[in-house]
Amino acid sequence: MKTSVTTRDVGDVKAIDLKGKITIGAGDVQMREAIHSALNAGCTKIIVNMKEVSTIDSSGVGELVGCYTTATHKGAKMKLENLPAKISDVLTVTQLITVFDVYDNEQDAINSFG
Amino acid sequence: MTTLEGNPPGPIVLWLASRYENIELAQAALDHVCRHAGVPSEDEHWIGIALREAVANAIKHGNRQDSTKKVLVSFRREGDDLLIVVGDEGEGFDPVHIADPLAPENQMKTSGRGIFYIKTFMDDVAFSRGETAGTVLTMRKSLKAQQAKGA
Repeated sequence: MKTSVTTRDVGDVKAIDLKGKITIGAGDVQMREAIHSALNAGCTKIIVNMKEVSTIDSSGVGELVGCYTTATHKGAKMKLENLPAKISDVLTVTQLITVFDVYDNEQDAINSFG
Repeated sequence: MTTLEGNPPGPIVLWLASRYENIELAQAALDHVCRHAGVPSEDEHWIGIALREAVANAIKHGNRQDSTKKVLVSFRREGDDLLIVVGDEGEGFDPVHIADPLAPENQMKTSGRGIFYIKTFMDDVAFSRGETAGTVLTMRKSLKAQQAKGA
C-alpha cells in the first residue's frame, strides 16, 4: 500500500486521511506537515483517520505526539479515529493510547468536539 | 544480498547504505526469511517493526545518516530461533543511558521509543561494540510458538 496523506473538510473539522506506512523517512514528515498546515490555517478541530495505516514506527508515533502537543498549545484539539488493531497496540505498549482522544469511527470523533 | 543454499534459507547478509529507503530492503529480506520459516503474518509484522527500528537507529544515531557508512543486517536460524543482527559504523553508544519512555516525564517526548519497541516485540536483545567500530544489536525471536500458532 502506497503511503499517502490527504486532507478534507467535514464541516468545520479538518480530517487528515493517512494511508500506508507512517514511518521514518516515509509518511512521518508528510503527516506532520499536513497537521501543521491545518493548524497554521487556524483550524481548531482536527481528526486523524488511521483506518488505512499499515505500519507505524517510533518516528511516526513521535510525530503524532509532537502534533498533539502543538495542537494543544495552539488551543486546537486533535483526535484519532479508526485505529487498526496493530496501530492501537503500538500506542498501547507505550501507554500513549490513554493520552490521545481515540474514537472507533469518524462520526463519534466529530460529535466529540461538541 | 547473499544467500546460502538451504531450506530454511541459510544466513542472509545485507550491507546497506545509510539511507532510510533501505529499511524497505531489510524488510523485504525479513519477509523472505519469515515466509520460508512459516512465521504467521501477525508475528512477522512485530518482528518487522523491531527490525525497522533497529535499522533506523543504525542509520540515524549510529551512522548519523552518512550514506558512505554502511549498516549490516543479517538473518540466521539457530534452532527454533530467528537471529537478527544489525550493526553500524558509528561511534557506539551506552544502552544503559536510554531513558524509559514510560516514565511520566518522557511520555510526551517526540523520540526515545525505538529501543523500547525492539525489546517489547523481540524475545532477547543485546548490544555490543563492533569489532572495529559502531554498535551491534543482536535480537532473537523464538519461532517455535509462532509456528505452532500458525499451524
